[in-house]
Amino acid sequence: MLNQVYRLVSTRQFESQTIDENLTSNEIIVRPTYLSICKADQRYFSGNRSQAVLNKKLPMALIHEAIGTVVYDPQNKFSAGETVAMIPNTPSHQSPIVKENYLTNNHFRSSGYDGFMQEYVFLRHDRVIKIPQDFEPNMAAFTEMISVGVQALTNLKETMDADQDIIGIWGDGNLGYIIASLAKSFFPESKLIIFGRHQYKLDYFSFADETYLVSDIPPELKVSHALECTGGSGSQIAVDQIINHIRPMGTIMLLGVSENPIEINTRLVLERGLTLRGSSRSSREDFEGAINILAKDCKTRERLCNLIGETQKVSSIKEVVSFFEKDSTSSWGKGVMRWEI
Amino acid sequence: MIYAQILAGGKGTRMGNTAMPKQFLPLGSKPILIQTIEKFVLEKRFNAIIVVCPSDWLTHTKDLISKFIKDSRVVVITGGSERNDTLMNGITYIEKTFGLHDDDVVVTHDAVRPFITQRIIDDNINAVMTHTAVDTVVPAIDTIVRGENEQVNEIPIREYMYQGQTPQCFNIKKLKKAFNQLTTEQKEILSDSCKICLLAGEEVHIVRGEVSNIKITTPYDLKIARAIVEKRVVI
Repeated sequence: MLNQVYRLVSTRQFESQTIDENLTSNEIIVRPTYLSICKADQRYFSGNRSQAVLNKKLPMALIHEAIGTVVYDPQNKFSAGETVAMIPNTPSHQSPIVKENYLTNNHFRSSGYDGFMQEYVFLRHDRVIKIPQDFEPNMAAFTEMISVGVQALTNLKETMDADQDIIGIWGDGNLGYIIASLAKSFFPESKLIIFGRHQYKLDYFSFADETYLVSDIPPELKVSHALECTGGSGSQIAVDQIINHIRPMGTIMLLGVSENPIEINTRLVLERGLTLRGSSRSSREDFEGAINILAKDCKTRERLCNLIGETQKVSSIKEVVSFFEKDSTSSWGKGVMRWEI
Repeated sequence: MIYAQILAGGKGTRMGNTAMPKQFLPLGSKPILIQTIEKFVLEKRFNAIIVVCPSDWLTHTKDLISKFIKDSRVVVITGGSERNDTLMNGITYIEKTFGLHDDDVVVTHDAVRPFITQRIIDDNINAVMTHTAVDTVVPAIDTIVRGENEQVNEIPIREYMYQGQTPQCFNIKKLKKAFNQLTTEQKEILSDSCKICLLAGEEVHIVRGEVSNIKITTPYDLKIARAIVEKRVVI
């Protein structure tokens, strides 16, 4: 079938390109319906990646957070019309030890491999998961990011010691908000403290026990374990603060992507016996975990609906460009496109 | 009921020396006709997808469809000598096979426009639910000049000029009524199906097409079409 793929060809420029697709028996065809923009997509769109990376990865269809409607499944495991979340990570092999999202040679959509900005997406059966009908579609669009939170909190649970008194989250952006919402399900007995740079963003974390501006943290305040959700140039400051405010033997989960290497106070890491663990992307299992939590817990679902930012129907490339621009200036939430192109 | 009708009646007289009608020529991994039909079978709202082909290519068309398409909604019938005869053959088939109801609609499409998108099909279906006739167009890029006997006699304002594409969609009963009102002379000069409705005084609604929704009519078009189509490269 001739499939239209909407690729970013250079900074702020998308083009429709026609791909001759051939469906294999273990694949299904999904029509994307709601597409959520990630910071990584914005960095490609605005050209905030090195020229070498842009040269290597473009042209490429963006977006790795999306839901869609099944239009055809040769094996009839899915019915036409079912809403599914699409998993952007496509592992090329399996490992009994390494989780699928940490395997090398994976194809990750919108990172070297076409993302979901396509007329139709051809995926393996194991790369789609059914979404309950009562999920708000704009919220369901960022299931992938929620699954990233599930992966991080699962990793934390695996690594942390018995002290679960206080969970600290550094970062008041989208990822921080998702992690905080899920932390309530993972650690219902723990005290949840959010550390951020913007009071107006911290005000959204009404379910947290305490919130602090990072410029105003009481020196004596300690957390049992911490999740760093800042990324960029803020990572170094956040990690440093965490090291200073974490109890001995605590675990620090690193989630924010820093483009450049950052300095870490290893003296204190050693002295306090801290564990630093990286967490990135997610697996099918995390998608299932995310959907289970959202299906059972309407409060978490409602909180995550508060993260829906700009939303708009797009039916042309011109509208996509203008939506990316609008999303880049939005101060809160996830931008979601209703895909009618 | 919603029907699709793929008009594959052309014999490729504008296609140069090729013996095989253009809709059967390969584009990417499959014949052009198959690439087009594949877009229509993904739309579940169609009750039947009727492919209308030249009578001497009936078996070939059926062979191709049975090889590539696994969808029982697709049927093949033969067309007439002109475009509108082909269209009406499809309508007659629908009437005989399924009966005709007031709200039955047909989405007709050129077999040689394989770059049609889901959005265009969806917009057409939605529009024909509330309009008697629907035409798919794109704004004219070139200036349109009207002339006769090697003389320009009108240059219309480009802002109001569009280039017609397909799909064209119709309420079947109203289309049939409009067609039957035409004189033999009108039927002979009609090159566009929407004009049947216009001549009968019906409004024709516009749906936005795409510049990429090209019609493969000449060897040049085919060359462009083949240049456009890429293979999926796995990195």
